[in-house]
Order: sequence, then C-alpha cells, then structure tokens
Amino acid sequence: MKENEVLVKVENLSKKFCKDLKTSLWYGVKDLFTNVRGNSKERTLRSQEFWALKNINFELRRGECLGLIGHNGAGKSTLLKILNGLINPDEGKVTIKGRVGALIELGAGFNPILTGRENIYNNGAVLGFTKKEIDSKVEEIIDFAEIREFIEMPVQNYSSGMKVRLGFSVAAQMEPDVLIIDEVLAVGDINFQLKCFDRIGELRKNGVAIVLVSHNLHQITTFCNRGIAISKGNQLYYGEVEKSIEYYKDSLADFNSEKEIEKVITGNKNFIIKDVNFSPKLINSNINFNNETELSIKIKYETKNKLKNLDVDIVLRASIMSGIDFFQANNKVNSSVIDLNEGEGELSITLKDLHINGLKMYLFIAIFNENREECIFWWRNIPVKFNYKNFYSGITTNKIEFSIDD
Amino acid sequence: MKLETKIYQKESNVHIGKLLKESLKDIYNSRFLSKQLAVRDIKAQYRQSYLGIMWAFITPLTTAFVWVFLNLTGTIKLTDTGIPYPVYAFSGTLLWSILKEAIDSPMTSTIAAKGILSKINFPKEALLVSGIYKLLFNSFVKILLLFIFLWVFKVSFHTSLLLFPFAFIGTIVFGTTIGILITPIGMLYNDVKKVINLGLGFLMYATPVVYMVPKNGLMKTIMELNPLTPIIATTRDLIVGQTPIYTTYFIIVLVACIPLLLLGLVFYRVSIPVLVERMSA
Repeated sequence: MKENEVLVKVENLSKKFCKDLKTSLWYGVKDLFTNVRGNSKERTLRSQEFWALKNINFELRRGECLGLIGHNGAGKSTLLKILNGLINPDEGKVTIKGRVGALIELGAGFNPILTGRENIYNNGAVLGFTKKEIDSKVEEIIDFAEIREFIEMPVQNYSSGMKVRLGFSVAAQMEPDVLIIDEVLAVGDINFQLKCFDRIGELRKNGVAIVLVSHNLHQITTFCNRGIAISKGNQLYYGEVEKSIEYYKDSLADFNSEKEIEKVITGNKNFIIKDVNFSPKLINSNINFNNETELSIKIKYETKNKLKNLDVDIVLRASIMSGIDFFQANNKVNSSVIDLNEGEGELSITLKDLHINGLKMYLFIAIFNENREECIFWWRNIPVKFNYKNFYSGITTNKIEFSIDD
Repeated sequence: MKLETKIYQKESNVHIGKLLKESLKDIYNSRFLSKQLAVRDIKAQYRQSYLGIMWAFITPLTTAFVWVFLNLTGTIKLTDTGIPYPVYAFSGTLLWSILKEAIDSPMTSTIAAKGILSKINFPKEALLVSGIYKLLFNSFVKILLLFIFLWVFKVSFHTSLLLFPFAFIGTIVFGTTIGILITPIGMLYNDVKKVINLGLGFLMYATPVVYMVPKNGLMKTIMELNPLTPIIATTRDLIVGQTPIYTTYFIIVLVACIPLLLLGLVFYRVSIPVLVERMSA
C-alpha cells in the first residue's frame, strides 16, 4: 500500500440534467441508442437541459477525508452518484483506484416482511458480501446494531432508528479503499452516532479515502482535512476545509446585487429625513463587517411637531434561517423613551456586541409614532455581511480562552 | 496487491466483446446476490399470503377451464387435438404462462429494484438471474401440476419426455431474450409493459395454446409465421408424446436467440446508467 497514493481523481467533470420529465425520457431513449455506439461527440445542452455539475476538479489521497458542501440542489448527490459509478459523466473523467463503498442508502435490499436476520443477508448480498463473509459476521452485526432482542422480528415492525442501525451495521463491515458517505451519520441516538464515527475514524486510520457530504459544518470540520464547496453545479473552492466552509457560507445567502434597499417610508412632510448614515459604512448598498462588533445607524431629521414616545424596531434576518429572525428588538427592551423635540436632530441607534461569524443578513429599521398609529420611517432588506473568521464554524465568534495549569 | 482502477467518462466506446465478457463475469460473481434476491422475494411473497403458490397457476387454469367448458358444451367447435382436450388446453395455458412470465421477468425484476439501482452500485445482471430463479421456481410448480393432469387423463408417458427439459430451457431462453431486449425502453416508459401485456393477450390466439393450427386459411399462415408457435407446440408435443412438427422452426428460433440474448445483455449493461439518470433519485 503506497502512502499518499491518489485514489480518486476527478478532472473537468460535468453532468447535465433535464428539467422536464417527458423531454428527459425522450432524451433517455436517444441516449440509449447513441451510447451503444459509444457516444464520443462533445455534448452540448439540448433544450430544457442545464448543467447540474460543471468543471469539477479534485483529488483525494489515501487517508484523506474530503468534505463536500453545498446547499440543497447544488449537485452533491449527482457528484456522489458519478463517483459511485451509477451514472456516467457528460464531460471529463473520474479515475478511482480500489474498491468503492458507499454509505448512501442504508438497508438497501431490505424486505419489510422478512426478519432482521434474513435482511442482514439481503443487505449484505447487495453490498457485495459473499454468503461465507456474512455467516462469519452476522453475530457481530447484530451486536453492533444493538437489536439482538428483535432480530427474529419482521423489519416492518422496527422503528426507523432500528432499521438504519441495522443497515449501518451491515455497511460498517465493508472494507473499501474509497468510502462515500452521504449524510447518513445522523442516525440513531447519540451513543450510536459516536459508534458510527469511531468506525469511520478507524477506516480512515487504515488508509481509506473518504468523501463526506454533510450539512453539519461541525462534522465537516472535525472529520475532513480537505473541502470542496459547490453551488449550482459550479465548484466554488477546493482545498483547505476551513476555506471551503467560508466559500459555502458566502454562497448561502445569494444576495441579489441589483436588488435595491427597499426604502418603503422615508419620513413625511412633517418629519423630514435629512440623511441616514451607517457604520460600518453602506458601500454599494451593502454593509460589510470585518472585525467590527457594533452596528450604528444615525438618522438626521427635521420635525415640524414634537414627537412623543416613538417606537423604533430593529430586525436582523439571516436568509438561511427562514421564518425566524436572527435578532429583533424594540427600544422598549431597555425602557428607552424616545421623544423628539421640534427642529433638527439626530437619532442614533447602536447594536452592540455583534459577534457573528460568516453570515449574510438583512437589516430592517422601522420607526412608528406614539401607539404605532403611523409608520414614519421604514427601510428594509439592507444587506449586512459578516465575514467569516477562520476556525469558527458556528454562527457566533465568542471569545474563548485557554489556559494550562501545570 | 494492485488496486483495480475504474474510469468513468462519457465515452462508453468499450469493445462489445469486452462488455459481454464483463457482463458474464458479473453474472458469475454475483451468483450469491441473485440467489439471495430470489429467495428474498419468494419467501416474502408466500409469507404474506394464504393461498401462496396457488397464485402461480390460477390464471392459466381458469383460462383453460373456460375453453374446456366452451368445448364440452359445444359452444365452440374445435379440431380434434389427438389428446384429451383438457390436457391440450391445460398444457397450452400453463406453457403459455411460463413463456409470458419469462418475457415479463427481466423488466419486472429491474423495475422492482429501481430504489437500489439509483443508490448502490451492484452487478445489475443479478437482477436478471434472480428473475430467472423465481421463474424456475414458479415453473416447477406448474410443470408438476401438468404431470398430475397427464396422469389423471391417463396420457401415457413417452420417451420424448426426456427431451422436454431442453424444450423447457428453450422456452425460457426465448422469453428472457425478448424480455431483456425490451427492458431498457420499458424502464423509461410504462407504456411498454402495457403494450406487451396487450400484445401477448392477442398473440395467444395466434399461437396453438387452446386450439390447433388450422389445416388451411389465413390463420394457418399467421400462426405458422408466429415464432411463439414452434416454442409452445414443440414443448407440448414432447410432453404428451406427439411427433413435433415444427422442430426446424424451433431450432432456427433458438439459434437466433443466442446472439440476441448476448446482445441484450450488452445493451442492458450499457443502458443502466442512462436509466438511473432518468429515474427519480
């Protein structure tokens, strides 16, 4: 076994898919016949087709673990299917050395009517084990899955957790050179998950090259030493795992740069807005945080009447968390009473202690007069971008200290 | 130990001979998988049923029964078959059902495995072989039943019965060849399965299943051209001990099947990635 041998090599890999089912089936019929004759023509997009993957390049060496990240529909599963040899590329080349094992579907080949024990044989056979191999491993599999008590029961009566545990236990017996894992690790309870990770760690130590797909960035950073980020079929980055996460997070909130800040209400004839200033500054309709931890908004106004007891709402909404606001507050949280006297002045709003890591958010500001009878200022969808800080994979960058007491 | 290297790229311009060799190698190497899949399906089928094995022959039996009834009551007048008509009708429908199952089997097995085809890479040929195992299992029961009929109707057993296994294998080879050739398209369009079902329903009347080939007329020409005729007729003749009259055509059909079957295997192998691509994830 050569150290650092390249086991997986992907060069200029592209794959196209069709959006429409009927068209897709018809292309399928055409492809059936052209493929038999060895289709070596350059493939271009036919009508209704799009590139599900375009120009993907990477290498994977023995003992390495590559984290494959990208949002839903980025092309991760397609890439795994090609690596697994289930579908063929439309362009480019994949070279794989050694046996390939895939943890994509656990419990493939299970029949719900049959017992757990019988299904170990079914699943094992599909994964390529011989009868002899399964015979010698069946007890070990039952113990690993922790379902000895129910092993003679039909699998249809198993809980979903039991089913995947059994499936994983069979699959864990594989001894591949290249292992493809697609988000199946989130199975079972915490203890079982730890067992799964132990098993995978063991394989890696033995020199297995692993491709791991997960949305759990923590898993990616703990397991992988290489990363590849893809978005809409395009490779954003391949290399260090930290950097790939940065690219991934960057791609998450796809800011539409043409989209203007929505200045829905900017004062009225009695309440004139002279100027609005942000810090960090608003540049090209974007607020960018580098290392700042404060966001301040200064609104210069001129009011004809005295305004009493205003309501000021501030919202930060992260696009990845649909439905919930990242932050929302009103001046009433610290019992601030905002009264504006006649004439000119400046209302200043400061959000402190923003320790946010690699997120894109939208800022919303609204000012209402007393009892929320009238909205006198409302700007929404102001893009705010917090940059990504190395070695933090979560969404906050709380300070940590380490000390050693010898 | 040298690691096996796999290369995936768009060109599938591998030599046809090489593909065939790989296909046959996979059939051999996956013999445990094919057996396991067949055992799984047979077990599951009977564990969830009281009548179990009866379903394998209930349809051909009822069809034959209808014809025997029509014949006995004089509703229709059929040419003398040389053997008791019930034996003729039952052997015809049972053999027909075996042939029909052989044609259906590759597509049914492949469609049933759709779920794992798009997730796991395993030798797909095992699906075909497991289908043949299931077919053999069901056929075994049918043939047993057929022998019981022969015994009940006192049709004496002939030495020609020794040749029956070859004719039986021929029937299966013929059915499987057609089945494999239509599977790739059938995986894409549900229509194929329906058309085949409909077509076979008609074709049964152009095959000597429940009546003989007429002495003359248009129907004689059609039936004698139909490649299913020598398959059914020869197999039945060997069982009941009549002299087979379509042996030449039978041999021609079978000899033609061999290259077609191998071609079908290659086509099947090449088409699976295309099919997986067009199937839901």
